[in-house]
Amino acid sequence: MSQIRNFCIIAHIDHGKSTLADRFIQKAGLVDERNFRNQILDSMDIERERGITIKSQAVTLPYRNSRGEDFELNLIDTPGHVDFSYEVSRALASCEGALLLVDATQGVEAQTLANLYAAMEHDLTVIPVINKIDLASADVERTREQIEIDLGLDSSSALLCSAKEGTGVTDVMDAITERIPAPSGSQEGSLQALIFDAHYDNFRGTIVTCRIFTGRVKAGDIIQLMSNGATYRVEEVGVFRLKREARASLSAGEVGYIIAGIKTVRDTRIGDTVTLANTPAASPLPGFREVKPVVFSSIYPVSSDDYRSLADAMEKYQLNDAALTFQKDSSAALGLGFRCGFLGLLHLEIFQERLEREFDQSIIMTVPTVMYRIVLNNGETVNVDNPLYYPDPVNIKESLEPYIRTRILIPERYMGAVMELCLSRRGVNSRFSYPSPGRIEIQFEMPLSEVIYDFYDRLKSITQGYGSFDYDMLDYRASELVKLDILVNGERVDALSQIVHKDRARERALHVCEKLKDEIPRHLFKIPIQGALGGNIIARSTISPFRKDVTAKCYGGDITRKRKLLEKQKKGKKKMKIIGSVSIPQSAFVAIFKADEKEK
Amino acid sequence: MQSGLYVHIPFCRSKCPYCAFYSIASQSLIPRWVEALKSECRLVSGSLKDRFQSFNTIHFGGGTPSILDPGILERIMKCLLAHFSFSGLCEVAMEANPLDLTAERVSAIRSLGFTRVVVGAQSFSEKSLAFLGRKHSGRDVRNAMEVLRREGFQNTGIDLIYGIQGQTIEEWTADLEKAVAFSPAHISCYCLSLEDGTRFGRMAHKGDLATLSSEKEREFFLAASDFLGRRGYIHYEVSNFARGRQFESRHNLKYWRREPYLGLGPSAHSFDGTARWWNIRSIKGYCEALEKGSLPVDDREDLTAEQTALEKVAMGLRIREGFSLDEETRHWIRTDRIEAMEKEGLIVREGMNVAPTMNGFLVADRLPLELVV
Ligand SMILES: Nc1nc2c(ncn2[C@@H]2O[C@H](COP(=O)(O)OP(=O)(O)O)[C@@H](O)[C@H]2O)c(=O)[nH]1
Repeated sequence: MSQIRNFCIIAHIDHGKSTLADRFIQKAGLVDERNFRNQILDSMDIERERGITIKSQAVTLPYRNSRGEDFELNLIDTPGHVDFSYEVSRALASCEGALLLVDATQGVEAQTLANLYAAMEHDLTVIPVINKIDLASADVERTREQIEIDLGLDSSSALLCSAKEGTGVTDVMDAITERIPAPSGSQEGSLQALIFDAHYDNFRGTIVTCRIFTGRVKAGDIIQLMSNGATYRVEEVGVFRLKREARASLSAGEVGYIIAGIKTVRDTRIGDTVTLANTPAASPLPGFREVKPVVFSSIYPVSSDDYRSLADAMEKYQLNDAALTFQKDSSAALGLGFRCGFLGLLHLEIFQERLEREFDQSIIMTVPTVMYRIVLNNGETVNVDNPLYYPDPVNIKESLEPYIRTRILIPERYMGAVMELCLSRRGVNSRFSYPSPGRIEIQFEMPLSEVIYDFYDRLKSITQGYGSFDYDMLDYRASELVKLDILVNGERVDALSQIVHKDRARERALHVCEKLKDEIPRHLFKIPIQGALGGNIIARSTISPFRKDVTAKCYGGDITRKRKLLEKQKKGKKKMKIIGSVSIPQSAFVAIFKADEKEK
Repeated sequence: MQSGLYVHIPFCRSKCPYCAFYSIASQSLIPRWVEALKSECRLVSGSLKDRFQSFNTIHFGGGTPSILDPGILERIMKCLLAHFSFSGLCEVAMEANPLDLTAERVSAIRSLGFTRVVVGAQSFSEKSLAFLGRKHSGRDVRNAMEVLRREGFQNTGIDLIYGIQGQTIEEWTADLEKAVAFSPAHISCYCLSLEDGTRFGRMAHKGDLATLSSEKEREFFLAASDFLGRRGYIHYEVSNFARGRQFESRHNLKYWRREPYLGLGPSAHSFDGTARWWNIRSIKGYCEALEKGSLPVDDREDLTAEQTALEKVAMGLRIREGFSLDEETRHWIRTDRIEAMEKEGLIVREGMNVAPTMNGFLVADRLPLELVV
C-alpha cells in the first residue's frame, strides 16, 4: 500500500489536463500511440465539446520513479460543473493529493480557485504544476506569483512542464510519488469501499468504481451496499488500465472496479459505502448524500407516434444515469411523455443532447422548474414540480420555494455587475470575503428557481469567464407564486405553463410572448399570443398572417421544382406540433427558456 | 386531350440579372443547336407518338426567341409541322424582345403563322430598366407595339416586372398606365424574385439586394389587379391578365390545368399526364446527346397519387377557374380545411369546384400546404 498514490488533476478548461493525463498514460507504458484521449478520461462526445468532464473515472498507472521504486498511480478524473459538485466531492474524497495545473500563458483562473478550495476541504496535498512552458508567451514568473498570492501556495514547490512536448512530465510523476502521502487504512478491518462512479456495460451490468479505505474485496465475496442493505455476489474485481484488468482482490488504498451482477446504475449510489455482508463495517464512510433531482421538466416526442420509441430510449438511457428520475406524464397539447428530474440545468442539457444524438429521439422539452411546496387551506402540504398539477389558487394557503446559498468567486472588478445580477434574481443576505488580494467571494441566499435558467451563462458572460459559481441547498421559504399560462390563438397550451414568482410574472410572460412570436412561423391567419394569470392577460404579442406568399411564375412547365419545394415545406410542417390550428416548431419550446441575446 | 408544344430557344443578347431561365449570351451555337433541335423533333415524334395525340398550341419561349433570323424560325416551324400532328391549332406564340421587333421581322413572323407575340417590356421607367439590365427603352416598346398593331397582330402581350427595391406604388401604376395605353390583349405582372443561379440571387445572398417587404408586394399586387380590372382585364392567373377570355394564354393554361405538353430544346420540361421529364440544361450536352442519336433527357419522374393531388391543388389555386375536387384529389385533401379557408375568405367552393379568391391568390403557395394531408 505504501506504493500506491491516489490523485486528481485540478485545472481550468484548456489548461492541459487531458494532455497531461495522456502523457502519464504513455509514460506508464499503457499505450504507445497518442490516440487514446477518446478512450480514456472524457469519453463522451458532449464532454469533449464542452471541455468538461462529466463522469468520474479512474485509471491505474504503473510507474517506476527515478529512484527505481515501483508505484501504482491512480489518476481519478473529476467532473467540473456545479451540477455535479457532489460527485466531485466523492472523487476528491478518494484521493490523497491533487495536481493543480496552471497554463503559464493564462495564469490562475477562477475555476482553478474554486476547485482548489474543494481539494483543500478534503485535506489533499496540492502540487502546483505550471504547464505550457514551451510556448513563447509563457510567463512563468507571473504564474508563480499568482500561485503564491492568489492561491496562497508555496510557489517554490511548483513544477514546470510542457504536457504537449513531454518536458518535466517525469518530474511531475516523481513528485506524485514523493510528495503525495500513501493511502492509510488497514487491510485487516471490515471492508469499506467508497463508490465514486458507476457506469453500465452491456455485457457485465453495472461497473462500480470505488476506492477501498479498509479491508479487502475479492470475487466470490458477498457485498452489501450500506445505504440500502442490498447484497450482491462479486463476480470480478480489478483496475482500469486502458481496459478493465481483473485482479484477485482489491485492498485498502487501492482504486478499482467491482462487478457484482448489479442490474442498473440506479441500484448504486455515488458516495455509498460497500462492505461485506458477513462482516459489515460498523459505520459507512462519511459524506454520503442521497442526490435528489432539483430541476424538473417534461419531455414529449415531437410526433406522438414516437412515444413507444421514446419510452424505450428512456429505459436504456437510465441504465447509465443514476441521477435521472422520470415518470409518465401527459399533456393535453403534447400527448404522452415523461416528467424528468435532473441535478441541474447542465445535467438536463446533457440528457437532451444525448437523447437526441445517441438515441435519435426528437423531443420537445418544457420549461424547467424547481419543486415547490404548497400548503393547502385544508392543512395538507403538496410538492409541485409540474405546472400541470398546480393547485387551484383559491385552495392555496401558502407557497414555499427552495432557496440555495450561492458562492460566487470573482476578480474584484466584477463585483458591481455580479451584485446587480444577484439582486435582480431575488438574492438576499449577501456576505463577502476576500480569499486573496484582488479576489472576492460573494455569498447570496436566493431562490433556486432563479438560477436554473441561465444564471451561470450570464455570470460567465458578465465576468468574461472569470466567475465561478457553486451552491448548496438551504431550505424552503415562503414565496408568492403564481401560475403563468400561455394562450396561443386563444387556446391555453398546458405545456407552456410555468410557476413563477408574482413579481417576475410579467417579465416572464413578455419574454415568452416575444420568443414565441419569433419562433412560430406566420400562418394564414393572425395569431394572438397571450400570457395570463388566471383570467388576467398580462402580456401579449401577435404574429401577423402572411401578407403575400406566392411565386410569380412556374418556370416554363417546370412544375416539378415547385412541387418539390412544397413537399419540403410540408415535411417541415409535419415536424411541428399542431396545437389548435397553429403549428408550433420544436425550437419554440426550447427558446422560451433561453435568455434573450440582448439580456446577455 | 390536346397537348401543347413548347420550344425553348436558349439564346439572348445579354443575360438579365433576374432571369433564371436557361440561356446563353452567345449566338455562335445557333446553327448546331438548330440541327440538334431538328433531330430531337425526329426522335421524339417517333418515340412519343402514343403519348401525345395532337397539339393545339405552340409556344416559343426562352431565352429570346425573337433573336432568331426569320430563316431559322421558318426551318424550325416547318420541322414541327412535319413531325407533329396538329388539330384545332389555336395559339402560336412567341416571346420577344422589343428591340427585335422591326417591321420587317414582325411581318416575317406573322407570315410564319405566329398568332401571338409577347413583348418583354418589364417596365417603362428608365431607372427600372437600367436596374433590370434591359437594353431597350420605353420608346422601343412603344415602337414594337406599334409595329405589331400595324402588321395585324390582335393577340399581343406585355410582360411587366414589379417589386424592384425602392420602387414606389406611383411608379408601378405609371408602368401599368403606359402598358394599357397600347391596349394589349394580355398583360403579365411578375413580382421580382431573387432566384438562385442569377446575379440578383447572388447579390441577395451577400445581402446587397432585397425584395420589397411582403406588405409592399401585396400592395403592388392588389394595385395591379384593381387597376387592370377597372380597364377590363380579367385576372385569370396569379400573374396574368387578359382582355377577354379568348386572350388568356392557351398554352400556359395547360401547365396550370395539368394538361399534357411536350417541351423541345435544352432544359425544356414535358408532361404526358402522368410522367414528367426534362431535357439537359446545357446547349452542349443537349447537342452532344442528339448528335449521338439519343434523347437529350436529363431525368424523369412518375408521379404518385399524392404528388398528383398536391400538384393539382397547387396549380389549380393559381388560376381563377380553380380545380375540381374529383374523387382522387379528395382522398388527399383535408376537407375541414376547405371549409375553414372558405370562412377565411381565401377560396370559394361551388359544387365540386374550388377556386381562389383575390386573398387566396396572394397566399397561393401556402394553401396547398394547409389543404393537402
Ligand atoms: N503548447 C502547448 N500546448 C498545450 C500544452 N498542454 C496542452 N496544450 C494544448 O492546450 C489545449 C488544451 O489542452 P487539453 O489537454 O485539451 O486541456 P483540458 O481542457 O484541460 O483537458 C490543446 O490544444 C492542447 O494541445 C503544452 O504543454 N504546450
